[in-house]
Amino acid sequence: MKLAYFPGCSLHSTARDYDVSFQLVCRKLGIELEEIPHWVCCGSSPAHVTSHLLSVALPCKNLILAEEMGLNTVVAPCAACFNRLKIAKQEVAEDSQLKKDVQEVLGKPSTGKVEVKHPLQVIVEDIGLEKVENMARRKLQGLRVASYYGCLLVRPPSVINFDDPEDPQSMDSLVTALGGEAVPWAFKTECCGASFSLSETDIVLELSGEILNEALEAGAECILVACPLCQSNLDLRQKGIEKRHRKKFNLPILYFTELLGLALGMNMRELGLSRHIVSPSRLLERKLAVI
Amino acid sequence: MKHSLASDKFRREFARQIEEICGERISLCYQCGKCSAGCPVAYAMDYLPNQITRFAQLGLTDKAMKSSTIWICASCQTCSVRCPRGIDLAKIMDALRILAKRKGIVPKEQTTPLFDGIFLGSIEKYGRLHEMSLITKLNMASGRPFKDISLLPIMLRKGKIKLKPEKNNRRKEVRDLMRKVERLESRR
Repeated sequence: MKLAYFPGCSLHSTARDYDVSFQLVCRKLGIELEEIPHWVCCGSSPAHVTSHLLSVALPCKNLILAEEMGLNTVVAPCAACFNRLKIAKQEVAEDSQLKKDVQEVLGKPSTGKVEVKHPLQVIVEDIGLEKVENMARRKLQGLRVASYYGCLLVRPPSVINFDDPEDPQSMDSLVTALGGEAVPWAFKTECCGASFSLSETDIVLELSGEILNEALEAGAECILVACPLCQSNLDLRQKGIEKRHRKKFNLPILYFTELLGLALGMNMRELGLSRHIVSPSRLLERKLAVI
Repeated sequence: MKHSLASDKFRREFARQIEEICGERISLCYQCGKCSAGCPVAYAMDYLPNQITRFAQLGLTDKAMKSSTIWICASCQTCSVRCPRGIDLAKIMDALRILAKRKGIVPKEQTTPLFDGIFLGSIEKYGRLHEMSLITKLNMASGRPFKDISLLPIMLRKGKIKLKPEKNNRRKEVRDLMRKVERLESRR
């Protein structure tokens, strides 16, 4: 399987660890990735709150670049990029005036044939949990994991068409397949504050604080994520949240690709786990005997 | 609360503008309040999400566009998923923000519109986001120059932020794209 890879801005900066672990996991699972040459930012929230046309044109530019590579599927690990690429593709397909405008702006038509997928979707739906389970070298025995999906990976369901928008299961099934314990909890798709990290930090401290609190109350030892914004809000801001809530959480926030990498036999160093702010080393050494 | 209602013609025109931008019909809302009940940031808003829809229905454009609500909305789409009338309220919030920006009535105390502008400026310049310059510029523009400075050393040490922007060969194309969008939209 060969996929066009759209890392997005975060995976080249705050989420380097996600980029590293995703690429390693793909190599192991036989997924070939080719980065879209000269990809540009998807525009994220600032584009869709400023200009509808811009918010569609930027993702479409990347979809055309992927088409030019001759590949039929783009994989975008950042939930925000994934969301914007999916929405742009669908809106252009449904609105002929918008399609004309986008073509005028980009100077090129898009065939609209490129599929957009999130890595979680590729692993759960295309590779399949059975194969992943068979390839696993290390059981996540006894590790209690809260799977946190956030907003943009599952919403809006009419466009995303993956998993359940209120009670998603894919990451939980992955954890279970790898021998871990997926703790049931109610905050799977609550918002972490997303792009407000810099502009409305208090909101992030509040919302992400509630998520950490719920995960801890549910008995989780770590939180599993599939989005660089969620990871950064829960990990980088965790110390600030602890201060505000006067409570110690000490919850490592792992990308699902990192946990999968560990299960596939990789070690913490090659997966780049030292980049985390809340260190997962002690937990993983104790529970999984990895170094 | 006393408001003078707008004329039918004015109301219809505002509803049309919203629909033109986002394709959503505000007239469908019957004010059940489910959007507000599930909104994770409602606690920080001056008006609840369903009140904003009501203002828009009544043609109280200033009331809707000058509220803090439209800038506090985090675009999480919880409301959109739960609306029994199938309204994508998150898209209506987008439309109101776009209209407010066009009309130049963005409240000065809101930091998010500053963030949006600086973010898009970064894409225009580099083709991709350069987080370091986004943070510094936003801190200066919002009058909090040292905000988050304590996080900088650890972010640099962990390789989570770059001092220099990434060079993208297509950055000129992004600039052209953004200019074309502006031109096309100003013609309408």
